[in-house]
Amino acid sequence: MSPSVRSRLAARAVRAVNWASRVAKRGSGTVAGGRVGLKIAPKLLTDLARDRTTILVSGTNGKTTTTAMVGAGWGTAVTTNSTGANMPAGHVAALVQSSFVHTVLEVDEAWLPEVVRQVKPVVVVLLNLSRDQLDRANEVRQMAERWQQCLKAESGFGGTVVANANDPLVVYAAMGATNVRWCDVPTQWMADAKSCPRCTLALNLQTSTWSCVCGFAKPTTITTTLRDGLSVGETKVPLELSIPGAFNEANAALAITALCEVGVPPLDAVERINAVRAVAGRFTLRQWNGHTLQLLLAKNPSGFDALLSTVQNDEADVWVAINARVADGRDPSWLYDVPFEKLRGHRVWCFGDRRLDLATRLDYGGVAFEVVDDLNRVPPSSQPVALLANYTAFSEWLARSAPC
Amino acid sequence: MAREVGAVLTIATLLPDLLGTYGDGGNGLVLAQRARLRGVHALLVPVELDEKIPEASIYLLGGGEDGPQRLACDLLSSGSFVEKVKDGATVFAVCAGLQILGQSFSVEGNDKYQGLGLVDAETTRGATRSVGELRVRVGEKLLVGFENHGGHTTLGRGTSPIGDVLRGRGNDGAVDGYRTGNIWATYAHGPVLALNPWLADAVLESVLGYELEPVHSVADRLYAERCATLSRR
Repeated sequence: MSPSVRSRLAARAVRAVNWASRVAKRGSGTVAGGRVGLKIAPKLLTDLARDRTTILVSGTNGKTTTTAMVGAGWGTAVTTNSTGANMPAGHVAALVQSSFVHTVLEVDEAWLPEVVRQVKPVVVVLLNLSRDQLDRANEVRQMAERWQQCLKAESGFGGTVVANANDPLVVYAAMGATNVRWCDVPTQWMADAKSCPRCTLALNLQTSTWSCVCGFAKPTTITTTLRDGLSVGETKVPLELSIPGAFNEANAALAITALCEVGVPPLDAVERINAVRAVAGRFTLRQWNGHTLQLLLAKNPSGFDALLSTVQNDEADVWVAINARVADGRDPSWLYDVPFEKLRGHRVWCFGDRRLDLATRLDYGGVAFEVVDDLNRVPPSSQPVALLANYTAFSEWLARSAPC
Repeated sequence: MAREVGAVLTIATLLPDLLGTYGDGGNGLVLAQRARLRGVHALLVPVELDEKIPEASIYLLGGGEDGPQRLACDLLSSGSFVEKVKDGATVFAVCAGLQILGQSFSVEGNDKYQGLGLVDAETTRGATRSVGELRVRVGEKLLVGFENHGGHTTLGRGTSPIGDVLRGRGNDGAVDGYRTGNIWATYAHGPVLALNPWLADAVLESVLGYELEPVHSVADRLYAERCATLSRR
């Protein structure tokens, strides 16, 4: 059987399985079919991606939001994996479902090298890299090394890397690539880059720059800057997002830079990105049992740190839901890397399978807490409540609540 | 080392920027808070790269990746740390910290690396990586936690483990960690003292030299829940 015939058959199988999965309500119908397709035709992803203009988005935090921003900002119909299925089976499913040439895919960090080789993207966006699910991915420095291997000139990668110049691990990953657009965007979390990714000595971290005695340093050839407003190349870009968080402004800066590389003028892209109000259920207000909730997804210390900064300003109660299932990482030790002390003065309601781990962390951090063992016993709240949840806990709350 | 109530108990977390991969900083926080609950004035000091190691009653070592682990070992061997421990300062170490204190350890490649030699223990690269829940019997008590390491640690004849492994791998599938007069070590990484309040108090009692009044908090509920969960197969 010729490769293309095999791939056509495989694509048909993907559609069939995903349709069956949706009809049987066994899932959102994005992964099962992709798995079957890849079994039939291992080169399926390469074949499906051929002749497309593809942007890949990877990093520890902000993948889904940034992918949604690129999709919205492009201004044409796009193919994308908006359900967050960010491994090859999910990519296959997305590409089978839609033949639009313009394609933006979020990619799991560990899968990025493989997906870059198969999809041959024109742009790879690297947002940030920090500790996340260490029971699965082990070590964050190894990840940076593997990214560097797949993006360096000798690897055959011919596209452009759009990279966060303030994240030393991202810089290490992108430094060998032929074309890089360095973006100087605020990056709050530096705890995983205190020792140099190249030589392990202490990095000299200053307010707006960093360097190491070995010569590894923040790139100086910056083309995108987000400080007192966004500039992409020579263009001043009026960024006024509808979704909260300084980290989302950084995500938008990288999305707009990536779109600029595929010919979308930044002033056109920003207008469309400013209008994005919700991403996969995040950021919008939802109803549950008489409560109005703003669901916020945070999966790891840096993600939590960024969200805590957005909720710490008032004195309102905060709800936090923590699970430690396979998709979350089974080890919630990272709760001690989250600066929950920022929530002193608030009362934190602890939900999820690992609510006792959370409550203990808060207790030692001097934060008032309530452990919620019974969902029916949550007293009513008069104002909207921020609910921070990690991956599977977020999904549960999304399913449990309804749009306002 | 007996101390009067009211004296300052200094707890130093060593090189958290190199050894602190899995929330290991939590152990210092737990020791300091549990000491404070008993009226002890505890001072928690993180000692970062390029900082001089201060005098402290308890030194904490966390887990880390291979490169940082080697660098941490170099830094600790060149300073006054070894002397301070030989003089009786208490050390509580997890994971990579456990390996560093021994005679030697192997990291990437299988290159053998000289440890600090404070404990008669040698770590070689295990055949597989151990990632999962760890349950250890320590006398009458259970130690519960999570391990994620590729080491296989062999203790010298005179060195006692911290306990017997009931679930997970620990040093070698049979025993976990070690306990000498003033050194405690376990492969249960991260905030193992948050999960095991009795162990935190045992470390504090060994330093303070007197029995602590019991305190009750949500940590007791967490410990009971983890013990129950890890006892189910």
